[in-house]
Amino acid sequence: MIAYIIRRLIGAVLVMLAVATLVFFMIRLVPGDPIAAMLADSGSPEAREALIRRLGLDQPLLVQFWRWFTGVLQGDFGASLYGSNQPVADILMTALPKTLSLALLSFIIAIAIAVPAGIVSATRKNSAADVGVSLFAFLGLSMPDFWLAILLIIIFAANLQWLPAIGYAPMSEGFWEWLQHLILPAIAIGTGFSAIIARMIRSSMLEVLQADYMRTAASKGLTHRVMLLRHALPNAMIPVITVVGIAFALLISGAVVVENVFSIKGLGRVLIQGIQNRDYPVVQGAVLLVSAFFVLSNLIVDLLYVVIDPRIRYS
Amino acid sequence: MPLLEIDNLSVSVVHDAIETPLVRGISYEVSTGEILALVGESGSGKSVSSLAIMGLLASALRVKHGSIKFEGHDLLVQSDEQMRQIRGRDISMVFQEPMTSLNPVRNIGSQIMESIEENLGLTRKQAKTRAIDLLKEVGVADAERRLKQYPHHFSGGMRQRVMIAIALAADPKLIIADEPTTALDVTIQAQILDLMSRICREHGTAMILITHNLGIVARYAQRVNVMYGGRIVEAGRARDLYAAPRHPYTEGLLQSVPRLDQDRSIPLRPIQGSPADPFAEISGCRFHPRCPYAEPICRSKAPEFEGGLACHFPLSQSAKEAV
Repeated sequence: MIAYIIRRLIGAVLVMLAVATLVFFMIRLVPGDPIAAMLADSGSPEAREALIRRLGLDQPLLVQFWRWFTGVLQGDFGASLYGSNQPVADILMTALPKTLSLALLSFIIAIAIAVPAGIVSATRKNSAADVGVSLFAFLGLSMPDFWLAILLIIIFAANLQWLPAIGYAPMSEGFWEWLQHLILPAIAIGTGFSAIIARMIRSSMLEVLQADYMRTAASKGLTHRVMLLRHALPNAMIPVITVVGIAFALLISGAVVVENVFSIKGLGRVLIQGIQNRDYPVVQGAVLLVSAFFVLSNLIVDLLYVVIDPRIRYS
Repeated sequence: MPLLEIDNLSVSVVHDAIETPLVRGISYEVSTGEILALVGESGSGKSVSSLAIMGLLASALRVKHGSIKFEGHDLLVQSDEQMRQIRGRDISMVFQEPMTSLNPVRNIGSQIMESIEENLGLTRKQAKTRAIDLLKEVGVADAERRLKQYPHHFSGGMRQRVMIAIALAADPKLIIADEPTTALDVTIQAQILDLMSRICREHGTAMILITHNLGIVARYAQRVNVMYGGRIVEAGRARDLYAAPRHPYTEGLLQSVPRLDQDRSIPLRPIQGSPADPFAEISGCRFHPRCPYAEPICRSKAPEFEGGLACHFPLSQSAKEAV
């Protein structure tokens, strides 16, 4: 098991190295460059030259790559090309808690809606509750998250004035402060995911409820509740876990648009601004971080299988 | 008073508002401590009628009429909660498929112990002690260690032993064993049946043994009900039935399996045709299309079940006429 985890971690590092290489060259394939973005049309050719040299962009591409790559290996992600040339690591570390908070809360909301909804719709198949859940899932899947976000702002922030419309408050200012700012964006992101997961739990549960071992459980005289929670749900969750794991990573990257709607300066905003400004080191660092989350959540999912399904063992 | 008394039970499957009878008015009794066999081909209604006793019929299946009295109380009028109390505690079940009848993600111990805790109200610790005793009783060696193992660590025969331990958990008065050995290796079958009959003897537990193999019945059951097309066609003491079958179907069943007490030169004779399709319209006696002794009346009129037999021409008689 430990050997397996070590092997997977080595694999993860290799994936990250590949991602680093790809992102370095891909961002440079995008038309436009930071110089144009910085100086617009006003800069004289001399000023351009000076800037290019100062930023090291006059070097051959492979040399630039080698400098950045060896830096990353030593934990140095470079500095933003803009303003006070803030280190990329600092920028990411300021943005990360916001995005992580948002992703975590969205995830909790998604699961809190999806698990009961999926169970109810499976156990009362074709009932009013099942139709209701299907309708909710249909709406949740078809509504773009930014649209739901705007809707939520209009209702709860603008009209009812219950919650702030924009911004972020760190946990250090109090849990309620933190929650107040995050609840609307978290609902906006979580709803769509809960719809997907609820549908998956429903179909998985329907299959499990027909299993022979459910009949055995019934023959023991167990209550309906125990049968569902102890026997059906753990089996039904095995296929769902895969999607949930990928969903968590998607939540991190999916926060990009919603963060913009709510003016939360998270990873999404950093990434978008970086791309717009062709701020190469920032984009490279942010993409690396997001891909690290994908790799990590995949690993966690694979390890969760062992916990939930005793038939699975890694060696 | 018999332990279980089934009277004129009919069960139908309902599909698109069309009812098709699967069990067509069967009546029988099981006494305390008795082993009764229900024998028949697939589709004869033997499993459906026993799931009706447990109150575990699939949602498309409905009891149309009749009564199932357990210790004098009709199970069909009990509430869901009352039925839940009866399941596991008074009546338990061993199923056909040991490979899929245990929950794959929970260990054996918890699956035995939850029945003990639910039905006997013991504490976790007491339940564990009892689970270990049960596993030992059903012949699982190294019981304490095996409690922590999962179903996939067990062979088919061992899993069926675990299923028997679960069925025994609350020391029920009646165990329904639905083809408990059909999915097992032939070498294991006798072991499991020996075990089950010994347990019934020692605990005074009654058992309904459902099987399609009339051959295994004689050794374990005191009485046999032979079912065909949703009805009991012949009922009697196992020994009598085996020695002198009166219904052509019973005879057919006996002739289609090898017997050790007969001359080996007698060839096996399978019953012609296929089991009665519940969805097909068959007039008169449902066995008549496959019966070698069928007369015109068999096609037009269904025989009444009288004196343990439902046949217009009981065998000794028709055999004589044939000569």
